[in-house]
Amino acid sequence: MAEKVTRGNGSQWLLSLPALAMFLGLLIVPLALTAILSFNVFDAVRGSQSNFTFGNYIDVLSDGYYYELFLRTAGMSLGVTVICVVLGLPETLFLSRMRSVWQGTFFVVILGPLLISVVVRTLGWSILLGRDGVINNVLISLKLAQRPVQLMFTMTGVVIVLTHVMLPFMIIAIWSTLQKVDAQVAHAARSLGAGPWTTFRRVILPQLLPGILSGSIIVFTLSASAFATPALIGGRRVKLVTTAIYDEFLSSLNWPLGAAIAVLLLLGIAFVVVGSNRLIERRFKQVFA
Amino acid sequence: MSKLSIHGLSKTYSDGFQAVRKVDLEVQAGEFLSLLGSSGCGKTTTLQMVAGFIPPTTGAVVLDGRDITHAAPEKRDMGVVFQSYALFPHMTVAQNVRFGLEMRKMKRPQVDDRMAESLSMVRLSGLENRYPSELSGGQRQRVAIARVLAIRPRVLLLDEPMSNLDAKLRGEMHVELRALQRRLGITTVLVTHDQAEAMMMSDRIAVMANGGIAELGTPQNIYDHPTSEFALKFLGQANVITGEIASMQDEIAAVRIGSASVTAKVAGGQIGRQTKLFVRPERLRLTPADNCNVKGTVLTRLFLGGLWFYEIETELGKLRSTAANFGTAQPNEGEAVGISWSDGDLQFVASEVGNG
Repeated sequence: MAEKVTRGNGSQWLLSLPALAMFLGLLIVPLALTAILSFNVFDAVRGSQSNFTFGNYIDVLSDGYYYELFLRTAGMSLGVTVICVVLGLPETLFLSRMRSVWQGTFFVVILGPLLISVVVRTLGWSILLGRDGVINNVLISLKLAQRPVQLMFTMTGVVIVLTHVMLPFMIIAIWSTLQKVDAQVAHAARSLGAGPWTTFRRVILPQLLPGILSGSIIVFTLSASAFATPALIGGRRVKLVTTAIYDEFLSSLNWPLGAAIAVLLLLGIAFVVVGSNRLIERRFKQVFA
Repeated sequence: MSKLSIHGLSKTYSDGFQAVRKVDLEVQAGEFLSLLGSSGCGKTTTLQMVAGFIPPTTGAVVLDGRDITHAAPEKRDMGVVFQSYALFPHMTVAQNVRFGLEMRKMKRPQVDDRMAESLSMVRLSGLENRYPSELSGGQRQRVAIARVLAIRPRVLLLDEPMSNLDAKLRGEMHVELRALQRRLGITTVLVTHDQAEAMMMSDRIAVMANGGIAELGTPQNIYDHPTSEFALKFLGQANVITGEIASMQDEIAAVRIGSASVTAKVAGGQIGRQTKLFVRPERLRLTPADNCNVKGTVLTRLFLGGLWFYEIETELGKLRSTAANFGTAQPNEGEAVGISWSDGDLQFVASEVGNG
């Protein structure tokens, strides 16, 4: 069987053609077109012209407003990532101690957000987060707040909702690393004289770091490129890179500028991913060889 | 040197499964004791209760007169070598060995001395900066041993430490670990399913079955004079001869098997009762057919290097026999031979214990 597959007679190309065509046509080509578009000249009357210019990039890189957008997006993504680690790590450890029946149930609960359409989920959150929403009603009736807390159209709201969506990615990443940790290692540390906390800090946590870091990369990049949640929860008030791109394309109709911001976002994310991967590879080469 | 006592130790799991039933054991200071049994006999559970990893349902663990039944594992001063070695994969050999010393808040120069001493004991000096993933299985095991020896534990607990090594390395480690244990005088409990390993290394062996101790004694004592059929069969090969007691004189019974008859000491034997007698293959000697206990024909002859293995058809049934290879000519398959044994080689053991 295997021999037939590896020998090949051209049919393997034929069979992978639909997938390749889709990949090429729907990912590579639009990306390339966007990149080309970002070097075009924009004319307020005639739209984008095919003359070559660095102008769009110069516009973005010389305007403090865009720096603020990028920094805010990075800050938000970092915030979501940190919260996901803080919530996801104990949750995963807790999950691993459960009986398998409960594990299954809780996995469904945790993966739940991914099963629901982004629009439905986000609108659901806006019902919870509104001035007259469930969260504010509870806060006021418990006398934890005097007046309704503004959550909709704030960064706090965006971070809460994004965290809800991103947490499953973090948990899955940590979970898969946790499965590789030898259960006896904790026993070994205890019998050598380490208490439960020291055992966790010095023996278990370092072995989970690769999972935490790869989960963080996933959460960070997805948060930085998230559009629907910031647009629906943040609205006009929370300006991020993705919403700015949207505005350039659809409101200002300045496609080249939008494309330039999009390319810069892509480069920024790629830089973070590659950088973190390097770090993980160098730092944890030994651990799971 | 520390003395470890286990009193009436039991473990019943929430589903009602009784893994360990009322185990009593005294491990003398400096003694090497093995818990020997097949999987599921409760030996590992016993070890884990001693180490403090699982709480016992009833009973007590006492170390040097102090009741440590409910003490946390880190307060017991025991060194455990695990089957998987359980090295810390993110730490170098040196960091692994230093871990227990740092937990004891030892000063840096002392830590360095102890680490160097432990690594040289297991002949690993020079590998301090390697990670576990860069070591062979045998080296990993040595790190695991060095790591526990460094803390000078009061009791050394070995949980099937040899089962991941190949046969040759295992043989070397048996000798080396035993020598190390004697030299340091550490009270040691070994859990194993390998009866050869248990006999080779131990001062005493506790054979476990169904969560209890079926047999306890020195290796030679329990091999030569087991009190149960289970222990007898678990510790080595045995021929079984089944017959009927024809006559009794004092405790010596004449047992009739077909037309043949053998004599053996049968405690509490009654005439007419069916009786099983056991004899180890190495106790059966091949002799000329005219002067022997029973005559037979060689069915199978196998050459094992150091030993010859025979299967012989006799009136007592098929008997297996082994003989040391002295390089001399041996009877071939199909030849008539005689089989001889000494008084006391045919053994009667009371009743079956365990899952025999």
